[in-house]
Amino acid sequence: MNDDPILRVCTKIIVGPIILFGLYVQFHGDYGPGGGFQAGVIVAAGFILHSLIFGLKEGRKLVSEKINLIIMILGVLLYGGVGLISLYFDTEYLNYSILAHEAKHGQHIGILLIEFGVGLTVAGVMLILFHLFSSWKGDSK
Amino acid sequence: MAEFFINGFLVFLLAVIAIVAIQSIKVFSTVMLAGAYSLISAIIFVSLDAVDVAFTEAAVGAGLSTVLYIAAMKHLPKREKVVNDNTFFALVVCLVVGCLLVWASFDLPQIGDPMAPIHQHVGPYYITNTKTDMGIPNLVTGVLASYRGYDTLGETVVIFTAGLGVLLLLGDGRNNRDENE
Repeated sequence: MNDDPILRVCTKIIVGPIILFGLYVQFHGDYGPGGGFQAGVIVAAGFILHSLIFGLKEGRKLVSEKINLIIMILGVLLYGGVGLISLYFDTEYLNYSILAHEAKHGQHIGILLIEFGVGLTVAGVMLILFHLFSSWKGDSK
Repeated sequence: MAEFFINGFLVFLLAVIAIVAIQSIKVFSTVMLAGAYSLISAIIFVSLDAVDVAFTEAAVGAGLSTVLYIAAMKHLPKREKVVNDNTFFALVVCLVVGCLLVWASFDLPQIGDPMAPIHQHVGPYYITNTKTDMGIPNLVTGVLASYRGYDTLGETVVIFTAGLGVLLLLGDGRNNRDENE
């Protein structure tokens, strides 16, 4: 929790663009540098900045621990689920070519989906790590 | 030649930051210097044309780890305890291993050498086929997400497991959590 007005105003201005940049890195990863992992970290960094300045309680109002856990789990399930779709259509696990009528297009959709899964998991884990470390009171009991 | 000087300068900066970080006894400045170290490494990766690695290093090494260290710092004393143990043996081990590594590096192929063994294995296949298989220009994403999809799945599960592990270690007993902060 920080009461410095400069920090508070700057944080309010900058958190949105950070998350937007994270989304850009996420969905532009096939054309430029980046991808799910980096995007997840950037989005998590936006939320962490918010929690650093406005306090953990405000941060948890934004993303509650339950939603955070669900995001983490959804990412892995999305990744694994895309693999299961390939199995259902009688190809190898994680072969995306059957996701569309054309193999190339299918690959593209598959990459977008699994990168999104990676992004969700990474963002969720990084955010929960930060909250756990900051709210831990030590084992002095 | 310019490249040589830029790389030399960056490596020199890395060495200076590392020495200052070891010498400093304030935990906060050590954490900040570790972040600066990561940022300089990211610049070196950019100069090696490994933008994806540089991106990750800048986001994770310089950004998030620094924040996590700061969050963990709350549970540490402000200053390191100064220990005056005999560090002569450690110095000798470091010097010997360092010299061995430098000696071994003379056998490495030149950076960017197309005949290097690592570029003779599956690399050429990825370079020729990514465009036709997936139609995306970023080879790194193509390899990570499609050709090596299993590895990335494993990586994601590892991160997930790490998060779960920390959750179980630090988050189980509701009584030692600070709910009012």
